[in-house]
Amino acid sequence: MLAYMIRRLILVLPVAFGVSVICFLLVHIAPGDPLTAIMAVDATAEEQAAMRAAYGLDRALPVQFLLWLGNLVQGDLGRSIATGRPVAAEVWRAVQNSLLLAATASAIAFPVGLLLGFIAGYFRDSWIDKTVTSAAIAGVSLPNYWLGMVLVIIFSVKLGWLPAMGAGPAGSDGWAWDWGHVRHLLLPSFTLSVVPIGIVSRTVRALVGDIYRMDFVQALYAKGLSNLDVLIHVIRNAAATALSVMGLQLGALLGGSILIETVFNWPGSGMLLSNAIFQRDLPLLQGTILTLAMFFVAANLVVDILQAAIDPRIQRS
Amino acid sequence: MMIGIARRLAFATALSLVAAGGAMAAGTLRIGMTASDIPLTTGQTDQGGEGMRFMGYTVYDALINWDLSATDHASGLVPGLATEWAVDAQDKTKWIFKIRENVTFHDGATLKAEDIVWNFDKLLNDQSPQYDPRQAAQGKSRIPAVASYRAIDAHTLEIVTKSPDATLPYQLAWFMISSPANWEAQGKSWEAVAAKPSGTGPWKLTGFVPREKAEMVPNTDYWDQARVPKLDKLVLIPLAEPNARANALLSGQVDWIEAPTPDMVPMMQGQGFTITQNEYPHNWTWHLSMEDGSPWKDIRIRKAANLAVDRDGLSVLLGGLMIPAKGFMPPSSPWFGTPEFEVKYDPEAAMALLKEAGYGPENRLKVKALISPSGSGQMLPLPMNEYIQQNLAAVGIDVEFMVVEWNQMINLWRAGTTDPSVEGAQSINFTYSIQDPFVGFIRHLQCSLVAPNGTNWGHYCDPEMEALFTEIRDTFDPEAQSAVLKKVHEKFVDDALFLMVAHDVAPRAMSPKVKGFSQAQSWNQEFSTITME
Repeated sequence: MLAYMIRRLILVLPVAFGVSVICFLLVHIAPGDPLTAIMAVDATAEEQAAMRAAYGLDRALPVQFLLWLGNLVQGDLGRSIATGRPVAAEVWRAVQNSLLLAATASAIAFPVGLLLGFIAGYFRDSWIDKTVTSAAIAGVSLPNYWLGMVLVIIFSVKLGWLPAMGAGPAGSDGWAWDWGHVRHLLLPSFTLSVVPIGIVSRTVRALVGDIYRMDFVQALYAKGLSNLDVLIHVIRNAAATALSVMGLQLGALLGGSILIETVFNWPGSGMLLSNAIFQRDLPLLQGTILTLAMFFVAANLVVDILQAAIDPRIQRS
Repeated sequence: MMIGIARRLAFATALSLVAAGGAMAAGTLRIGMTASDIPLTTGQTDQGGEGMRFMGYTVYDALINWDLSATDHASGLVPGLATEWAVDAQDKTKWIFKIRENVTFHDGATLKAEDIVWNFDKLLNDQSPQYDPRQAAQGKSRIPAVASYRAIDAHTLEIVTKSPDATLPYQLAWFMISSPANWEAQGKSWEAVAAKPSGTGPWKLTGFVPREKAEMVPNTDYWDQARVPKLDKLVLIPLAEPNARANALLSGQVDWIEAPTPDMVPMMQGQGFTITQNEYPHNWTWHLSMEDGSPWKDIRIRKAANLAVDRDGLSVLLGGLMIPAKGFMPPSSPWFGTPEFEVKYDPEAAMALLKEAGYGPENRLKVKALISPSGSGQMLPLPMNEYIQQNLAAVGIDVEFMVVEWNQMINLWRAGTTDPSVEGAQSINFTYSIQDPFVGFIRHLQCSLVAPNGTNWGHYCDPEMEALFTEIRDTFDPEAQSAVLKKVHEKFVDDALFLMVAHDVAPRAMSPKVKGFSQAQSWNQEFSTITME
């Protein structure tokens, strides 16, 4: 097991390097100019050139990449061109907010998705299955930003129960687990949880249904095991795949949702990314993409290790 | 038992917090801005006009400020940190400014002429320790006339311009004065100053959370006691997404939003929200290429296009939130003059002009235009441009759009009509402030500012217009200067230099609790008079 974990950890390094190269190239290929955000629109060509030199953007792309990479390995993600603030601080602040949202959405989505999936799989082809499956398809199909806007209109504008935007009465600084803050979290986290509920429940439903048709389940029943005992065996067999799906969903949630965070003005990594894209803020864009990519890598790593712990066949393969 | 008590305590705490959150202190105004971040706080702001409005003229002053007290005429210049100024009778490049006495920065330091010099160095002298590239990027191009400056004594400042330039006072209205003492106190770090800025303005910034909110309180020691804010607090919240902004207002999380979308306005009015609007120096045009090979070089085609646009119909599309253009300046501008060419909707006259120019049903004119799907001040560029496309098609001009994202659009505007990046486009839809002679006329039309040296995108160059620009700069009497500006505008309209379409009216939606706001005809606004019911 330890050797497997070490092997997986080592594999993270080339992935991280590949991600850094790709994200650096992608943001430089896109049209636009990072200095546009910080220069008056009628800045002269001379002033633009001076500013380009000041920010090192007049250097060759490989040189810029190596400088960025050199700083990166020292833990320095640079400074945002648009705001002048350190990228690491900007990303960390946003990631914390997205983590909060993702953790809450996961806490809603995974238990509900698993439960619905098991129920639908257990009662496959019954009206219960059809109801759950329809709800799951609706969850996956509805654009969640649209759902978010509808929820805001109902619960914020019409009923006035929950806030329409923001991460707390005084912003995201000084988050506390009190009603004043939690009420800001409810609508965006529920909206964000709808898609993973659909995906997890559909996956688990299919898994459970298939496993119940396997020979070993019939053998278990033939041995006289109770329904509950058989269900435990089925859950154990379904767990590895379900974990994998939830890991991917967690990675996606951790990355923040540009649309949901925009609808709710939630100051997370999705909104940060959106602003960085529109402002062509290269250091911020690179720093954010790299951090989010690393979240995906980390989530997959944890899931792989957990899968291996649950299912020894994975280690052997 | 203990759990039960804890639950009750938690519930009581929650209730009190809800109550605290629901009932804002009287006198707190919360504004939802269209910006995606808090504008730069150190002095020279970013985020365009909104930055100056909310972080410039609130926390800081310029030597010469905009008068924001009137709503029935365009804002003019008034003394700010300078009480008076005059150009030298013998040497028209030399100006003397008297610096206001007994003005203190928010950090307690007293304003002196040396502080103004220090601030010029902040933008123009990259060898000075206080030089700030970020503020320089925003401010340097706003004061192009300034050649040198020095403090003659504690309250007298001399500024020398590169050549005689009577537009200097307008340029200085962009120039925000930060506190040198505060910069020293913050370890000579602009990043530290950003967190704890100090100006001389009517509002003090007491704190901000990046990308989330900024809070200001009145500067009760402000030098103009008539402009000491009546509110207890002003809160700025970046809310770039229009629906999120509208929902924040409708749900009571903010009291005021900038730029509600036209389709939301009737519903907001129906629910008792106040919509304010007023004319202000904003222009929504198409710049036209005057290069050889461009069809717009023919004045008949330029006039035809201007006669083909149904501006009243466009106004209906925008729910009335625009002023139909009658020229380049808004109709009530003191610089409008009496142009002979009437900008109006007359498709028959447009077709006649096109026929005269050699175009007709069998030989339709084809043009290419750069447009953006969104952008600062662009209003609703896609439906507006599509409307214009239909209008022009009706008279025989087929428009092909090249749609680019706003950031790239700015680059293409700077690049100019002959740059390969515009891919042969002969027109560009761009919007901007026209509040002073330089940003209104000169930067778009002067020969020396042909892109990429400036924003003369269409490469227009006309000796008669050049002579008028020289006259503007050489005319130091404001009334006489206005007369020259009228001549410039008359020539502009009579030559139909751009496709003149609309002026924005800066709509704002606000809770009926907001009292005392009068919308000035300016990009900046006065917040000192506002109270909350």
